[in-house]
Order: sequence, then structure tokens, then C-alpha cells
Amino acid sequence: MSETVIEAKDLTKRYNGTAVVKGISFAIPRGEIFGLLGPNGAGKTTTILMLLGLSDITSGQARVLGRDPVREPLAVKRWVGYLPDQVGFYDNLTAADNLRYTARLIGLKRDEREHRIKDALVHVGLGDVADKRVLTFSRGMRQRLGLAEILMKDAQIAILDEPTSGLDPQATLELLDIIRELKHRGVTVMLSSHLLDRVQSVCDRVALFNHGNIALMGTVTELGREVLGGGFNVEVEAQGQGLGEKLAAVTGVQKVEPAGPDRWRLACERDVRPEAAVAVVAAGGRLLRLSVEEPSLEAIYTRYFQNAPSDEGGRHAA
Amino acid sequence: MQREGSPWQGLGVVISKELSDQLTSIRMFVVELIVVLIAIITVSFASEQVKQTTAEDPFLLLRLFTTSQDPFPSFFQFLNLLVPLIAIALGFDAVNSEHNRRTLSRILAQPIYRDALLFGKFIAGLLTISIGLVVLWLLVIGLGLIQLGVPPSLDEVARAFIFLLVTIAYAGVWLALALLFSIVFRSAATAALVTLGLWFLFTLIWSLIAPRIALSLVQSDDLSTLIFAAQSAARLSPGTLFSEASSLILDPSARTVGPVYLYLPQLQGAVLGAPLPLDQSLLIVWPQIVGLVAGSILLFVIGYIVFQRQEVRA
Repeated sequence: MSETVIEAKDLTKRYNGTAVVKGISFAIPRGEIFGLLGPNGAGKTTTILMLLGLSDITSGQARVLGRDPVREPLAVKRWVGYLPDQVGFYDNLTAADNLRYTARLIGLKRDEREHRIKDALVHVGLGDVADKRVLTFSRGMRQRLGLAEILMKDAQIAILDEPTSGLDPQATLELLDIIRELKHRGVTVMLSSHLLDRVQSVCDRVALFNHGNIALMGTVTELGREVLGGGFNVEVEAQGQGLGEKLAAVTGVQKVEPAGPDRWRLACERDVRPEAAVAVVAAGGRLLRLSVEEPSLEAIYTRYFQNAPSDEGGRHAA
Repeated sequence: MQREGSPWQGLGVVISKELSDQLTSIRMFVVELIVVLIAIITVSFASEQVKQTTAEDPFLLLRLFTTSQDPFPSFFQFLNLLVPLIAIALGFDAVNSEHNRRTLSRILAQPIYRDALLFGKFIAGLLTISIGLVVLWLLVIGLGLIQLGVPPSLDEVARAFIFLLVTIAYAGVWLALALLFSIVFRSAATAALVTLGLWFLFTLIWSLIAPRIALSLVQSDDLSTLIFAAQSAARLSPGTLFSEASSLILDPSARTVGPVYLYLPQLQGAVLGAPLPLDQSLLIVWPQIVGLVAGSILLFVIGYIVFQRQEVRA
């Protein structure tokens, strides 16, 4: 695929001897949306801060856009946009003035500054309130202002820490739209979140954090296979004679259960939709619907942490 | 491990932002009010006094700064108490407010080092105080000229100007202290209270307890050793350094900053009451001035080290 823009190798962080992040490794290619998941205190924010050079790395290595965030933090921070958990702005300044301050810190020239600020604010839907004080802004507007800052910065990587926490459903949807828009612009996005179904809808890949380790990493489908026992559930809705037996004969199908009139649920080891379709049609049946049930991130998450604690408790004590 | 890029990147931007914050704040309005009030009080009381007593004085302008009339202290004694308060008011929430508003991590994620943020805040605070002090200084001199009607000599203006610089250095010590506590304490109220506690200790009661502390530590039969010990202890307070330096600079006839007989060699051949040249006055209190500047730098450096090691996350 394309080049790697964020890379961590054995990244470790200790506070007073306690390891918070324990030698994690991952690589994120350009243009991907990568999700960090895990309970509080699992090391997500610490990992983010190390990548930004805002926290020292105890051992291991990080590379962001090919640079070392410990030695060249300015070069890294110029091209990485960061939206902290519960981002704050200067309440006594207007939205535009807040961005102006950041733009000047980045070193943008005056003309460029003004039109970029305007574009960014319009883009996140804050064009009308550009000259209002941030004091009056809701939580969702602040988050969007944070994303406007990243847009204005023309960042190649956006790192978003809990971007949707505390937002109402409408504000969450708007925010996720902006995140997708970032991806369209070719920005690599790394985000951490608790809202699992939302994360699922935007992330290309996710990493499941647990006690400073990455427990699982991959696409949601891959994780589902690993955690939920690998099965696929294919639902077939079709009219015809003896379809149940025909479907059971398809290679890869482990079990067939009737799921209502003219409906069957197939438990199988891989996605058997094409074969099932062929089977139904060959038997002279009328295929009405064929769907595969995607594993949900929520199910994966819950299942994983149900199984994990006993084993992790031991590791933590050590 | 060497880090790359300049620690000053973004410094100018931080200074101009902080300065505009300070100048437009309510605090600055209060400071301006205090400045005008003090100027009027000082000049009206001092000029009354000066007119009555010293018609022949060649240093009339300087008398404006040093004359006291019960119950009002002289101008420089006023500043001795007030400048620390202004510095504390401008600095006590410099860093912890960034934490509490959750702006710190966002700002530090921009391409600047922490150095620029901290130094920018210090410089902006010092500039703000300097603006206030310069205005105060000009007001006092201007009003004084109108009241007294005697043009000052170059020597007087130079002495008054050096006094201004000493006052700014004095403000620097307290600003650096306030900044340090704004880094150490996450709560602005705690930082303000602790700094005010130290202000109370050093400007109001230190001169009373310092000699006792010194005498309990130093065992000697020699009186001058004991006095020297007491004086050294008193000089741990920036307030002592400031009042010694300013009283000597504002009074050309002053020869020593302590009991006269302790400095007998310094007084050999002196014609009492005759004015010293400016450079000689300056020479006597040079250690005090250096002490003030060094104190600011030391406190700033401690704050800098604490800030560099602090975690960004809330």
C-alpha cells in the first residue's frame, strides 16, 4: 500500500517505574483512519502524547512523517494536528482570534492566514459565529473549532483524542462527517474513542488497548473473527422447495437454522454468500435477500474484556 | 540528546498575545487606577512638604520620591509594598489557567517549545508592569514639575531613571515567583495565596524577624559581626534590596546602606552632606541591583525546570 506515516516500535512509557505503555508497535499508512480503543487508563492518551513529542519516551522508537518526535518535535508538530480530550480555547477571544493565534504560532503569512481561517471555519459550520467569543460556544462547537484548527493548519495527520465524548448524537454525526472529510483530503486520522458503533463506522482499522498493550489490531471484521470465534452469519431469504438442505450442503456452512418463514441463518467459517446464491438459484428458488452480519465492535469489545481480566490481572501484578 | 529547532520559535507571537490579554484585562484597569491614585497622592503630599522645608535643596525632584509624611510612607516605600502585589496579580495564574482552560496541550501541540510559552509569559508580564511603572514615573515627575516649578538637573533625571529600572527589576523577582507558583500549583487560588503569604512574610515582617534569626544562628562577641549577620539575613528579602538600592540612588548625600560606623573606611575623608556623583552612588548599591536581577533569573530557571518536567495531560 502507500507509505507509512506513523510508526511505533516497542514504544514504552513508565511513570515512576510503573509501565503505562508496554512496548507497543504499530504502523499506519497514509490516508487511513486508525482507531485506538480501550478502557480508561489503557495508555491511549499517553501513546498519543509520545507521538506528538509532548511526553518523553522511556524506551522504543516513534516515527511520525519519518521524523523522531523526541528530537524534532517542531517539524512533527508542524504537520500533525492534535485535538485533545475536551479541547479548550481562550474564552475571552473570538473563534477567529483563537485560530489566528495558532496560525501565527505556526508561522502562516498574514494573507494566507485570513483566508485559511475563514475557509476552515466555514467548513466546520462555524462561519456565522467566527467573530463570537468562544465563551458562548457549546461543547460540540468547541470540538468543531478544534477540527477547524487542524484544517487551517493543513495537517497531514490528525490525532483526535476522544473527539466524540460528551456530544449529543446530532453533534457526533456532524463531527464524524468532518472526520470523513479529512480522510477525503488525504489526511491520516488517528482517533481514540469509547463510542464503539460510531468508531466502527469511520475506522479502517482499530487497535484494542488493554493495560498498556495492544491486545488486538486489524479491521473490525478481522477482530470479529479473532474474538467472536471466527464465525460468519449469513442470512438468506428465498422462496423455494427444500432450500434448507441445499444450503446445508454448501461447502463452508457449518449449521443452518430456520429464522422465520423463507429465512435461514447460516453459521459458516467464511463469507459464503456467492456459493449460497448459486445453491438457491440452482435449486430453482427465488432469492429475495442475502446478507452477511458484520461483527459489531461493541460485541468484540465486550467479549474481549469479559475474557481478559483474569489473565491481565496476573500480568499487571508482575 | 539534542533537540532540533530554535527554542525561541513563536516567542514573539506568545508575547504579543499575552501582552494584549494583560492590557485588556480588568486587572490592568485596576493597576492603572492605582497608578494614577498613587501619583496624585505622592505628588500632593510630597510637594507640600518639600515647599515648607527645603527651599534651598538642589535635589528637589528626588525629594518627591523620598519624602514621607505621616501616615503616608514615601513614594519608594509605597512601591516596596505595591509592586509585588501588582506582579503577583499579573502572574499568579499564568500557567495553571492554561491547564484549567485545557488550552495547554493544544498550544504545545503547535510547533513551539515550552520555553517560548513560559518566557513569553514572563516577558509579557514584565512589559505590562513596566508600562504601568513608566506611566507612574512620568506622572509623578510631570505633576511634580508643575507643582514645584523647578526644572530638574540631568543628574536628578538620571537618578530617577535608574530608580525606575531598579523598580522594574524588583517587579521581575516577584513576577518570576508568581510564575513559579503558577506552575507548581494547579489551582490558581492556591498559587495566589501562597505567593501572597510570601509577600506578607518578606515585605512586612521579614525586617522584624530576620535579625532575630541571624542572631540566634551567629555566636560572636564582636558587635559589627552581629550587625553584619543581621543585615545579611534581612537582605534575603527582595524588599530590603529594593529599599536599600532606591534610598541610596534617590539620595545623593547617602553614603552607606547600613549603620555608619560599620562602613567607616567608606566614609574616610567624606564631607558629610555633600552629594556623591551618580556613579559612586550606583557603585555602593550595585550588589543590591545585581541581587534583584539574579533573584529573578534564579526563580525563573527553577520554574522553567519544573515546567519542562511537568506532564501536559490534565
